[in-house]
Amino acid sequence: MSVAVQSRPAFDVRKLREDFPILKSLVHGRPLVYLDNAATTQKPARVIDALRTYYETQNANIHRGVHHLSEIATQAYEAARVKVQRFLGAADGKEIIFTRGATESINLVAQSFLRPRITAGDEVLITHLEHHSNIVPWQMLRDEKGLVLQVAPIDDRGDVILEEFEKRITPRTKLVSVTQVSNALGTVTPVHRMIELAHRRGVAVLIDGAQAVPHLAVDVRALDADFYAFSGHKLYGPTGIGVLYGKQALLEAMPPYQGGGDMILSVTFEKTKYNHLPYKFEAGTPHIEGVIGLGAALDYVTGIGLGAIAAHETDVLAHGTTVLSQIPGLRLIGTAREKAGVLSFELEGVHPHDIGTILDQQGIAIRTGHHCAQPVMDRFGVPATARASLALYNTNEEMDALAAGLKKVAEVFRS
Amino acid sequence: MNELGDLYQEIILDHYKKPRNAGRIEQPTCSAAGDNPLCGDKIAVTVKKVGSRIEDIRWNGAGCAISTASASLMSEAVKGLSMAEFESLFTRFHDMVTGKGSPEGLDKLEVFSGVSEFPVRVKCASLAWHTLKAALEGTSDTISTE
Repeated sequence: MSVAVQSRPAFDVRKLREDFPILKSLVHGRPLVYLDNAATTQKPARVIDALRTYYETQNANIHRGVHHLSEIATQAYEAARVKVQRFLGAADGKEIIFTRGATESINLVAQSFLRPRITAGDEVLITHLEHHSNIVPWQMLRDEKGLVLQVAPIDDRGDVILEEFEKRITPRTKLVSVTQVSNALGTVTPVHRMIELAHRRGVAVLIDGAQAVPHLAVDVRALDADFYAFSGHKLYGPTGIGVLYGKQALLEAMPPYQGGGDMILSVTFEKTKYNHLPYKFEAGTPHIEGVIGLGAALDYVTGIGLGAIAAHETDVLAHGTTVLSQIPGLRLIGTAREKAGVLSFELEGVHPHDIGTILDQQGIAIRTGHHCAQPVMDRFGVPATARASLALYNTNEEMDALAAGLKKVAEVFRS
Repeated sequence: MNELGDLYQEIILDHYKKPRNAGRIEQPTCSAAGDNPLCGDKIAVTVKKVGSRIEDIRWNGAGCAISTASASLMSEAVKGLSMAEFESLFTRFHDMVTGKGSPEGLDKLEVFSGVSEFPVRVKCASLAWHTLKAALEGTSDTISTE
């Protein structure tokens, strides 16, 4: 038997950019350079078309009607679930819960998994890199039930200090919840190793994959993640749709998150029988077009291949790092050994907000502020940073445009 | 880039780099702290009032060029004003940066008229003013009134 080498078409960023209608925009008379992808990505025509097609030819409520449209809407919705299952490498579609986003996915785990299992003094372990959405849900349980928040520190590069992480797994640890890629710094964390360390002590692990799934291939079974959360809109899909993956046995044992329609088998005033997985966790009419749009986005990225996307983005990130490092007074914040998609920086004597405004006048969109990760800002002693974040459609030329834009910023302030 | 030139005028950059009246009054008659959580700008204002007049004002904070220059220029503009004069200036400044009023007669503060072209930056320009207003009205974090 011969081994066939599967060849993909070469990654052609010029051609791929044509898939994104918004990238043709002019902003303040200049071609848009969109570098705020960690906030949200732009959408390919394929996703936009899927939403239109849904409303023009398929719209109906799902899992209810016996009529034709309801049947095809249900099929489209469930087909997207299978796409997510394959995308994450999950064993079964039952393990894929649709939510409003990574934030709701984390809250679901906090309320349905952790809340019933804890008493005062039990612990959750996170890292210093976390987004507020992986801090506040645990603080709510701290205030309500006395949960203790343990935080694994990071070093000056922005890497998690693994020995310190390990030390903080104690007999009281009931959950480890960590990001796979930092939204503020771009650090790729060693989740595989962290999961291993937690499992050795019998502790379940939730991975916040919101910033990871657009940049690297994820296999929840290879990772042995117990829960995995991500948002559709950071992965070229619509806003308002996200995913929680959970191992079936864990999800089966959890009480529902919200009550309502679709999550029940039968209801009387005396007793309600809950529906099976995954519907037990999908109360009410879901975000049907969001799910279908997410399915289209997954088709799009898997068609290109996450390996190819990652390779391209790594090149652009390296080029961006080089050209930004040459700018006098510019300090990169977050220089982890492994990074994905993010260049966070400050420019001496210029507040990030002013950088953002002056770049915007040149058509360059970046994020400035604390990136919903204030503890990270505190760790590096800055109130805010400027952040350029990448997607598959960004180019080395755009990194050059960013560098030129930053030189203009320096000029305005040098006067 | 004309709009940009309107926003980052020389006088704004000058006050950003060399803020006036920075610091704090040791025994203020009133004070307040303000922050803009969106961008992390923070300011603390201390005031010495004599009668109903602003005798002295000091402020400290960390922020962007617009918010820093605004605090600096405000501190110069409000010294010696009565409460009624401050109220009137506050309203005119606010109307100018939100594009509702003309900059005419606002003297040095006219340099902030360009801010109205940048809606997300209006909060930067008005943070110091709102904080001073809160201090004078004793609505927030006021240490004492006379």
